[in-house]
Amino acid sequence: MKMMEEKHKKLPFFGIGKLLPFIRPYRTMITVMVVCGILGTMWDIAATLLERYALNHFIAGHTTDTLWLFVIFSIIGVMAMGALGYACGTRATTVEVSINRDLRNAAFRHLQTLSFSYYSQNSVGYIHSRLMSDASRIGSLASWTIMESVWHIAYLIGAIVVMFSINAKLATMVVSIVPLVALLFSLFQKKLVAVNREIREINSRITSDFNEGITGARTVKSLVIESKMEHDFRKNTDDMWRKSSRHARLRGLFAATMGFASSLALAIVLWKGGYIAAEEVGTFSMFMAYAQGMMEPIRWLIDSISDLITTEVNIERLFGLMETQPDVADSQAVIEKYGDCFHPKTENWEPIRGDIEFRHVDFKYPDGDEYVLRDFNLMIPFGSSIAIVGETGAGKSTLANLICRFYEPTAGQVLIDGKDVRERSQYWLHSALGYVLQTPHLFSGSIRDNLLVGKPDATDDEIISALHDVSADTMLEHLERGLDSEAGESGDLLSMGEKQLISFARAILADPRILILDEATASVDSLTEAKIQAAIAKIIHGRTSVVIAHRLSTVRNADMILVVKDGQIIESGRHEALMAQKGAYWRLYTKQAEDDATEKILA
Amino acid sequence: MKQNKYVFLWRYIRPAAWSFVAAIVSVEIATLTGMLHPQIIRAAIDCAIGKGEPSYPPFVMKLVESVGGFGYLGSHLWIMALAIVACAIVQMVFQYAFRVINTKATETMVKAMRDELYSHIQRLPYEWHTRNQTGDIIQRCTSDVETIKGFVSGQLASLQRVGVMLCFALFFMIGMNGMLTLIAMLPLIVVVGYSIYFHKIVEERFMACDENEGKLSAIAQENLTGVRVVRAFGRESHELDKFVSHNKFYTSLWVKLSHSLALFWSVSDVLSGLQLLLLMVVGILYCHAGKLTAGEYIAFIAYNGMLVWPIRELGRTISEMGKTGVSIERVRQIIIEPEERDAADAVESDMQGDIVFDHVSFGYHESSEVLKDVSFTIPAHTTLGILGGTGSGKNTLMLLLDKMYSLPDGCGTISVGGRDIRTIKTASLRKNIGIVLQEAFLFSRTIAENIGIGMNELDMKEIEKAAGAACLSETITNFTDSYDTMVGERGVTLSGGQRQRTAIARCLVGSPPILIFDDSLSAVDTETDARIRAELERRFGTATVILISHRITTLSRADHILVLDKGRVSQYGTPEELKEQPGIYRQVYEAQTGLEGRAAV
Repeated sequence: MKMMEEKHKKLPFFGIGKLLPFIRPYRTMITVMVVCGILGTMWDIAATLLERYALNHFIAGHTTDTLWLFVIFSIIGVMAMGALGYACGTRATTVEVSINRDLRNAAFRHLQTLSFSYYSQNSVGYIHSRLMSDASRIGSLASWTIMESVWHIAYLIGAIVVMFSINAKLATMVVSIVPLVALLFSLFQKKLVAVNREIREINSRITSDFNEGITGARTVKSLVIESKMEHDFRKNTDDMWRKSSRHARLRGLFAATMGFASSLALAIVLWKGGYIAAEEVGTFSMFMAYAQGMMEPIRWLIDSISDLITTEVNIERLFGLMETQPDVADSQAVIEKYGDCFHPKTENWEPIRGDIEFRHVDFKYPDGDEYVLRDFNLMIPFGSSIAIVGETGAGKSTLANLICRFYEPTAGQVLIDGKDVRERSQYWLHSALGYVLQTPHLFSGSIRDNLLVGKPDATDDEIISALHDVSADTMLEHLERGLDSEAGESGDLLSMGEKQLISFARAILADPRILILDEATASVDSLTEAKIQAAIAKIIHGRTSVVIAHRLSTVRNADMILVVKDGQIIESGRHEALMAQKGAYWRLYTKQAEDDATEKILA
Repeated sequence: MKQNKYVFLWRYIRPAAWSFVAAIVSVEIATLTGMLHPQIIRAAIDCAIGKGEPSYPPFVMKLVESVGGFGYLGSHLWIMALAIVACAIVQMVFQYAFRVINTKATETMVKAMRDELYSHIQRLPYEWHTRNQTGDIIQRCTSDVETIKGFVSGQLASLQRVGVMLCFALFFMIGMNGMLTLIAMLPLIVVVGYSIYFHKIVEERFMACDENEGKLSAIAQENLTGVRVVRAFGRESHELDKFVSHNKFYTSLWVKLSHSLALFWSVSDVLSGLQLLLLMVVGILYCHAGKLTAGEYIAFIAYNGMLVWPIRELGRTISEMGKTGVSIERVRQIIIEPEERDAADAVESDMQGDIVFDHVSFGYHESSEVLKDVSFTIPAHTTLGILGGTGSGKNTLMLLLDKMYSLPDGCGTISVGGRDIRTIKTASLRKNIGIVLQEAFLFSRTIAENIGIGMNELDMKEIEKAAGAACLSETITNFTDSYDTMVGERGVTLSGGQRQRTAIARCLVGSPPILIFDDSLSAVDTETDARIRAELERRFGTATVILISHRITTLSRADHILVLDKGRVSQYGTPEELKEQPGIYRQVYEAQTGLEGRAAV
């Protein structure tokens, strides 16, 4: 599992171009949102003008005529403002979460087609966080970022226009500090972004420290290194303290500059514009309001640039995933005839017999340098069983991976029923295949749901009979809700052995012509062990089976045994012949037999 | 004694208490100077207009007189502008001070909390670790601490700032016009009430969203980990449907929530808009009646503007308080757990001498005993092999010897060199027992640091020697960064055998007098196994060694063998003796050598 070093590619326009297809369905909504936003801001600007009117007319002018009109107009304005705010707010969030949803759906869909090489090169955690967290940060770009830019830019423009139209000289003075402020802010912004990143890094270090300290508790205790671990941990928290303080100084200086700039604007208005107050107190007050109100939009615009930079990374990561091409893909002609996994054209599918042939196969894993198979030839006629044995990590799953077409040969061919697997769709092959994993993977949901994975239209009778075939029907008795009992991760009711039996029953229901079975190494109680042995014998009967074998009975009865070491096949043949050779197989077999016998005695 | 959770929080605040006080004083000064702004503007306007006799407290009047009276100020407005700038400077200095001091104080508190949590967790009994889920503890140490931090640095400060602001604003406003103040404040109470009510209501919806995001995340996780099954059973489109439909549901929850949020903000906007309008209308009428000057009117509107936002946020602050209370409690539950503690009369020990288990009985729960009256002796400098199946009690035996669980009084004794281990200091006991587990745990550090983790200073010579003895040198030098290669989460992934050998090297570094190998060569191939064993024998001829294994070839090298069966000692003796006795050992012996013999035929 390789952690990919994050390379930061600059995307043009912060990668927004890639988002366009996801934004397009919501363009009407966004347009309405933008229009409402502009109207709302116009009211904001107008409200200040209304205050000016109130001061000039009523207070300076000492009159109360038209006061009722003023009140009615204001109430209408306030109500309209509320309605516009509601319209903007609901639309912005709806667009945000809808785009997030669409992105996740698209990424999830794409993940269903990506090759296994992708899964083996990237950890589940890595992929998962692309799908969940990166996607969640992108939607707000197309909604709230647009919304707020509209609000702030409209305000800025509106305020400047109004100021200039009323008193150009004073307006010039007020506006003249804007570039200065903008420059100052952007200087801080850069530093803040850098410190923020440092803080996030330390934070994740502290989290993994906790993780290590907790999962490794027994080792820490037995090595008596509590103090040392604590000392190292304190180094990180010290670091955190220093960086946070630095962050606070920057942030504080930023806020102070901002506050000072706003006061400076006020002072300018007072100094250069105070004389207006004598004639038009309202106009004076209006200038003060605009001068102070302008600072927030400027701060926001600068902040949002750093937001864009952060989001750009999210976009790049998520689209990196979506643009990854699967190594194993069906050709256009194949898709046309057989369909893809979402829209299969089952009417064109040929029935499968179950012969497998490896013809001059060379293979190396995409992330490996060494050839695992060289000119490998093997014929597995329908109904025969192959056992692959070897030490842990010797590369036993390679053949299974090739038969399932999880990987394709580097050279040569894998043929099913005499036809290259690449000539038919992956979905066709997978529909005819059964795969039983070493650690049974059950989905969350009931036992019935899990069995239906094998055959979506199975009746309860069929399900019970499949469970009966693997002697797992008795298991239902101790489960209160029978077939409806929870089976997945949260279903702790099931033992490991029982989960295995369910995954066997699932394979029986699927009734595949070809069965790939990765036997479990984990020891289970002897009764379950016997059941599993019987179940294996049952499910491989009448199919072509390839078993990554740990159980002696499975190995002994196989039509062909392949012994794998360091990724190479070093011995092959039937049990008797291999035992006579006294090589690796003989050693493995003897050790296994001894362990089995020992296990039995000690139990 | 039930300790209050805020009393608990005070423990961490106390060391930085004076900083917090300084922060509070700073923010108060900053707020106060900020509140002077409208007063200066009010004076400026009233001076400039030159109408009405402004009424100020006597000391202000004196100050004004000394610079030349209101008339002079009215024609020299730059003095007022300067006053604003001066106020701003004071305000910004204190605001800056507040931010920096407040952050430092909060970070000091959080650091104290994190450090204590970490060191405490390291020292909690092993039994506690087995009882609690890793994910939950990490959650408490990270997000709950983060919540507390946010509350102390943000909410607490803002709550107190709102208080100060309200006091000052009221002081200034009442000073200008009491009735108008009342008219301004009464509707604000409605706004606060609405805000609190709304946040109470909406909290549940937020939780529903969080919960469903968790579910969606779980669906994705399941799909990714089960990718083989999904593909092999052709379940892609079904999985996609499942994800899409839950995603749709989750999104609809957010849309609903966002509608309530938008409604809240709009209603709140309208309410505060109407409040402002009311204030304006009444203000205009007052001005008209000559009860208020234009400057006072503007100042009133300005104070009102300062108050509205924090008051609208009050509802959120209060709902955050509830969450923080829960987080404090979750952290407290960890801290109040008692740490491992030595008996008062515990002493250091060099752990030389015989290891004696004397009538030891032990169970994790009262109902079931795992060890039943176990007695045996391991003479110093000899090797004991232990043979037993799952549930035989061999792991418990080692956990007890390493004091991971303490043996209750009256359940027999375990002694080393004639001293009951209950009276030996835990640290000195564990330091002298080197234990290698079947599932070796490595730290995410370099290989050298992993091997030398027990050393105070990394001694590369020692480390290389230990690596050599564990047959690891070659593997290490094959890595690009040799001994500086990172292992674990952030580095290369080692195979099971390599991990075990690293753990063995780590254990050898301290040269402990007692060594335990808990099936710890199971992932190492046969030849390496033999090489390591020979090396160990050469180096550790003097150590007392306990080997737990199923392999007769391993066990037969021991001086004595103990066979455990369902918590009882079933056999004890030299390998030769046991080979002759009928019993488990002989059966296993026959099974292993017999088969080899048979296979050889």
